[in-house]
Amino acid sequence: MASTEREILRTEIGWAIVVAGVVGVIMVAIVYAGLAMHINPPSNIEHIDPKTLHLTGEFTEPNLGTKVEANGQVTVRMVATQFAFVPQCLVVPEGKPVTLRFSTPDVLHGILVTGTNVNTMIVPGYVSQVHTVFRKTGDLLMPCHEYCGLGHSQMWATVRVVPEAEFRPGADGKVSCDAR
Amino acid sequence: MTHARRLTLAHMWLAFAAFGVAVVLGVWQMWARSPIPAPLHTPDNYFLAVTAHGVSMAYVLPTFVVMGFGYFVAETALRRPLPFPAWGWAGFWLGVAGSVLAAATIFAGRASVLYTFYPPLTATPFFYIGLVLVVVGSWVWCALMIIAMAQWKGENPGKPVPLAMFATVANAVMWLWTTVGVAAELLFQVIPAAFGWVDTLDVGLSRTLFSWTLHAIVYFWLIPSYIAFYTMAPQAAGGRLYSDTMGRLTFILFLIYSLPVGMHHLFMDPEQSTGFKFLQMTLTALVAAPTLLTVFTITASMEVAGRMRGGTGLFGWIKALPWDRPMVLTTGLAFFMLWFGGGGGLINMSYGMNAMVHNTSWVTAHFHLIFGGTVVIMYFAIAYAIWPTLTGRAFASNRPLRLQLWLWFVGMMVMTLPWHYLGLQGQWRRVSEFNYADPNIAGWGPWVVVSLLGGLVLLVSGLMFLWNLFGLHRAPLAARLPDIRYALAVHPPVRVPAALNGFRMWNVVVAALMLLAYGFPIAQFFLNSPPEAIVHRTVAGN
Repeated sequence: MASTEREILRTEIGWAIVVAGVVGVIMVAIVYAGLAMHINPPSNIEHIDPKTLHLTGEFTEPNLGTKVEANGQVTVRMVATQFAFVPQCLVVPEGKPVTLRFSTPDVLHGILVTGTNVNTMIVPGYVSQVHTVFRKTGDLLMPCHEYCGLGHSQMWATVRVVPEAEFRPGADGKVSCDAR
Repeated sequence: MTHARRLTLAHMWLAFAAFGVAVVLGVWQMWARSPIPAPLHTPDNYFLAVTAHGVSMAYVLPTFVVMGFGYFVAETALRRPLPFPAWGWAGFWLGVAGSVLAAATIFAGRASVLYTFYPPLTATPFFYIGLVLVVVGSWVWCALMIIAMAQWKGENPGKPVPLAMFATVANAVMWLWTTVGVAAELLFQVIPAAFGWVDTLDVGLSRTLFSWTLHAIVYFWLIPSYIAFYTMAPQAAGGRLYSDTMGRLTFILFLIYSLPVGMHHLFMDPEQSTGFKFLQMTLTALVAAPTLLTVFTITASMEVAGRMRGGTGLFGWIKALPWDRPMVLTTGLAFFMLWFGGGGGLINMSYGMNAMVHNTSWVTAHFHLIFGGTVVIMYFAIAYAIWPTLTGRAFASNRPLRLQLWLWFVGMMVMTLPWHYLGLQGQWRRVSEFNYADPNIAGWGPWVVVSLLGGLVLLVSGLMFLWNLFGLHRAPLAARLPDIRYALAVHPPVRVPAALNGFRMWNVVVAALMLLAYGFPIAQFFLNSPPEAIVHRTVAGN
């Protein structure tokens, strides 16, 4: 075991190099996942006024729910509000890219979808956006995961993942749980 | 008894009283979330309890332990009386007044916004004012620590500041920087909203300001544990500190890298860009360095002790260590839990991968394991080490101390390992109950019950800790007690460079890093203001 001052210094420097190596490997993995696999946190800084989002624009009631856009892109729009999601249930196709967009007129909320890596905060003043592909069919839970008041525990929605063949949009491009 | 010792006892007993209340509430909260029906289970009671648990464990317990231990170190490591003890008492009573005010609002059900506030929800303003008073009391402590070190350096020109005091002042300097974020959030946004002076507030700004505080506060809690690792554990093991210089470097790295990293709590937030999230993630990865350096230096110090005690071979020195001594045992247990907690932390900070665990039980598991398993268990060991000096009494036997520490370790592992697993299954945080009839949730039930059993073991251990300390006050006065001694280095420093003996230069580095990491992320709210959120009051009137 090292005992002179010089030997002790040498072992510490040797270990510091190991530490730098460990941190370096972690960083490389993260950068690779971000750049090559597009695994980045949801970060679109997109403003929306919580006081008027129900009056005009993207998050008015007729636009909420799942919609297949003209270019075939599947987009889900949802409002999170004390203490419910609107709509309470949403349908998405298995194995296809889906964009989820959320906003709130009141306080902080957040969502995750069980069994997936879908996760975002919903902050009043902003639109939160997540891109994902659902890999398994079935009913998944989408709870509010951020404290939003005493009714917080009762706030959740259902994500119904259906095989692509059963995902049939109406004439307006919309798909809802009731229509199935 | 000297002034500083009375101050230490007062601070620590307040801290541990809050801890006792919080442990009981914590177990009840786990019971409420389990499939087993719990008494008094309503959402109001649950979120009241979570708020009280969080405020007690995160604000009252660590702040008062850090302050009390700091006064103790300032007197015993510098071997001179504490300067301006009356100011120390003023800080203490400010803290008491603040804690009582906050507790009164919480238990009246008027502050159920949890300890992290969540604006635009607002509680009664007196809740926040109580917490501000606690912080102001701790600022008095910071000033006294800085003055004590400056006076000592004036009396001992050119000599290296004892490591325990150097680290304590590093923590005081860091805490002054840390509290700026939350103080700005409370004073300029939340308290005006709570009084009804404004109707809207910028939630993105308030979250960003709180994130400024949110990570560094964790290192504020942790540094007493690291002081014990470096200066008490090698002494208790009968050895020497392997390297004094690495100790100084570690505490400087904590000061620098614990601050510009808080945005890793906002990875899933829409108000910050990937660029600044990535930058702060990179700085977060660097904060792993001081911990990994500590693991090496302290393990080497323990090896020195083991070999001095006759241990031989590659691992023989481990067996030769005096594991019956609480400080040595606790250091071993804390290191073991640090591997799990630190490993989980590396996953949390991994940028995109955070989506897998954000706001799930995984995170709850992570910070309970780090806080309970490294911070609080070392608070126990510190208390056991200094209580004889404080009271002039000796523990008759270390056996109940060891039993208490082992129970804490077992309880912490049994509680948090299922939580990690449940978090990966998608179990989310901050709800008062789960619907176990749901097929997605039903399978979680048995694991939740296992973690509740771990919580019960923690409750027994926590109460035993209080009993052990309480019992010492009633023991007969010891004829003579060995003075508290801090570990000497294998090669005690004779002179150290000014950069390793003070913080002037490092404050400039912190300022530069904070400007880089938080300058634009905060400025953006003023350059391109987002629409504000409507304030939501959770109580009628004030």
